[in-house]
Amino acid sequence: MSSRTPSFFDEMRSPDGSIRPAYRQLAHWLDTVPKDVLDYRRKEAEFIFRRIGITFAVYGDTAATERLIPFDIIPRILNRGEWQKLSRGLEQRVKALNAYLHDAYNKREILRAGIVPEELIFGNPVFRPEMNGQRVPHDIYVMIAGIDVVRVDPDNFYVLEDNARVPSGVSYMLENREIMLRLFPELFIDHPVAPVDNYADDLLATLKSVAPTSSSSDPTVVIMTPGIFNSAYYEHSFLADKLGCELVEGRDMFVKGDMLYMRTTEGPKRIDVIYRRVDDDFIDPLAFRPDSMLGVPGLMSVYQAGNVTLANAVGTGIADDKAVYSYMPDIIKFYLGEEPILKNVETYRCREPDQLKYVLDNIDKLVVKEVHGSGGYGMLIGPAADKKTIEAFAAKVKAMPDGFIAQPTLALSTCPTFVEEGIAPRHVDLRPFVLTGRDKVRIVPGGLTRVALSKGSLVVNSSQGGGTKDTWVLDR
Amino acid sequence: MLSRTASNLYWLSRYVERAECLARILDATYRLSALPQGYGSETNEWDSAIATAGCVISFKEKYEEANERTVTEYLAFSLDNPSSIRNCLEIARTNARSVRTALTGEMWDAINSAWHELHRYDPKRITREEFTRFLNFVMETSVRFDGTSFRTMLRNDAYWFSRLGFLVERADATARILDVKYHVLLPREAQVGGPLDYFQWASILRSVSARTSYHWVYRESVKPWLVADLLILNRQMPRSLASCYENINRYLDDLAQFYGRQGQAQRLARATTNKLENGKIEDIFQSGLHEFITQFLIDNNRVGNAIGDQYLI
Repeated sequence: MSSRTPSFFDEMRSPDGSIRPAYRQLAHWLDTVPKDVLDYRRKEAEFIFRRIGITFAVYGDTAATERLIPFDIIPRILNRGEWQKLSRGLEQRVKALNAYLHDAYNKREILRAGIVPEELIFGNPVFRPEMNGQRVPHDIYVMIAGIDVVRVDPDNFYVLEDNARVPSGVSYMLENREIMLRLFPELFIDHPVAPVDNYADDLLATLKSVAPTSSSSDPTVVIMTPGIFNSAYYEHSFLADKLGCELVEGRDMFVKGDMLYMRTTEGPKRIDVIYRRVDDDFIDPLAFRPDSMLGVPGLMSVYQAGNVTLANAVGTGIADDKAVYSYMPDIIKFYLGEEPILKNVETYRCREPDQLKYVLDNIDKLVVKEVHGSGGYGMLIGPAADKKTIEAFAAKVKAMPDGFIAQPTLALSTCPTFVEEGIAPRHVDLRPFVLTGRDKVRIVPGGLTRVALSKGSLVVNSSQGGGTKDTWVLDR
Repeated sequence: MLSRTASNLYWLSRYVERAECLARILDATYRLSALPQGYGSETNEWDSAIATAGCVISFKEKYEEANERTVTEYLAFSLDNPSSIRNCLEIARTNARSVRTALTGEMWDAINSAWHELHRYDPKRITREEFTRFLNFVMETSVRFDGTSFRTMLRNDAYWFSRLGFLVERADATARILDVKYHVLLPREAQVGGPLDYFQWASILRSVSARTSYHWVYRESVKPWLVADLLILNRQMPRSLASCYENINRYLDDLAQFYGRQGQAQRLARATTNKLENGKIEDIFQSGLHEFITQFLIDNNRVGNAIGDQYLI
């Protein structure tokens, strides 16, 4: 990639070299602050992160089970206008995801209208027949969504991926802000940065709003984690702490008389809402994978009896895989009768023979992704891969075309980043978090910016060596 | 509070306390082994360290002989020994991670920093001097953890479970230290209180860091029955069985009041406390110190199990 240097959209600097308004003060500060000060503060940030134990685990890496995600101390800035447009688009998108899920598990009008093919629902391995005709409280399926967006020009946001199952990363959004406030208080005097620390309150309000109608006026909310060996465990405990609710594992809960209880030092206590950070497959060994040690036997029957709310609902996977992604603009139009505010990246569905042919012919120019992959695992970046890798990947695609989609390599926007060579532009994406409750949709301004730290790289996933930045939405 | 959270808090402080006890035992053993021949007893100090740690059988499976190298390795660093200092601190941190939300930031920091520090010591290359530093580090970790709990935790069930774990472990360790020394040193009447034992008894005081306390309390040279009195019955002495039980009782009562009901744990703890409050050291020696301690270890274990059954599962 680095050999050809196309004109990427840089969020700070216009092509003519001038500084965009939102970055004016920051650019000045970057010009004047000595490099060793930046260096020192970066080390300080790393020290603090390690100390509070904000770590994540990398699967398939036995040597280092706990690692830090590199943190870049230069914030990424969005102005109010950009954010307003983005947040309207996010709300629209998540509303459509919820409407689609409700329809897919109930009347299936979208199939009758011929908007999406049947296999997209029924042929999907994460489709849950248990959810057919099952009402969920207030018809909300996705209470917590993480929508990955990227920019390629000043005017448009593209959605790269919807995450409607158990999106993670919000703890980094919150901790990054804490660190920035601690390390660079002077910057916040010049910049009216919209706060994010109301996220925990918003999340709790959202979760309480979707409690079963049968529960008390002050429902008991818990967070369910697979345990300390999960890569996002830090986040689970962080959220439980911020929400002031119990962090439970499957073994802490049991089912009795169609109700769900947790074991406490004072005896059993009823649970009304579970913010579960455990995949469908593992939540109930009686309903799904019988070998799961992480779940609660009988949880699904309590859920189906309407006595507990799961956030997110069971079966949301059919709305966020990369195959349904390509239909999202039509899905939005179908349910909301609106034009999509956020664009979709052009997507080739390998399931369709002519598109498969195009993909195989142009595979060296495309990004090819597994439909059910996530976290940057199992994808091919054509322009950056060698011939052998490409051939091997092409063979995989040919063997199972349904399992793949392809997209053109996007010229992701860049932001100034503090790296070995000094301050240099690096590619970024953004994951804002969208909360949907009975009363309203809540989005804290910003989200998690991920940055590809090596020069020219477009892969921002933390499991693949990406870092994070604080994201500022200016309130002006 | 979740039973698992309570359990993790309880075991977290037990393991931190256990690590400290082991460090003290090792420290005292090093001192003793450094004495010229003739000052110590005929028995091997390193054997008695293993006995005090309560792992004779598993140790013998792995090593032929107890000496400085093997005992240090097994008690401090071995991954095969579930209660080695290293494993204690590893387990403590795992427990701490599981209950992050129930710990204060300061407590987490104490455990997490210790865990990072632990990985700086290379057991294969450690020198004597470094090992002394290592033992100091372990003792400081425990003091820091304990201090942060005391200073920062809310006085509610989380705090009481954490205290209970610490106290049950501490009572167990004090009793074992006494028992092993008694058993090893004083099986024959003629030697009881003999001049050669002086350093052995002094080493007991060292292993519970009570030399100065002893002199303040008794203002006498070191005598076996007074050492036993200090460690069993004296409520001023925070490591004594009586003091541990005074507090176990108190925290169990706090729990009972908080939750509005009591059970087996409270009853058993009260019975054990009564025995200690009414005990006289002359009677204990008369009917057999070893028998007394053996019974205490059984009672203490029962209290631990009752706490487990009542609250932690």
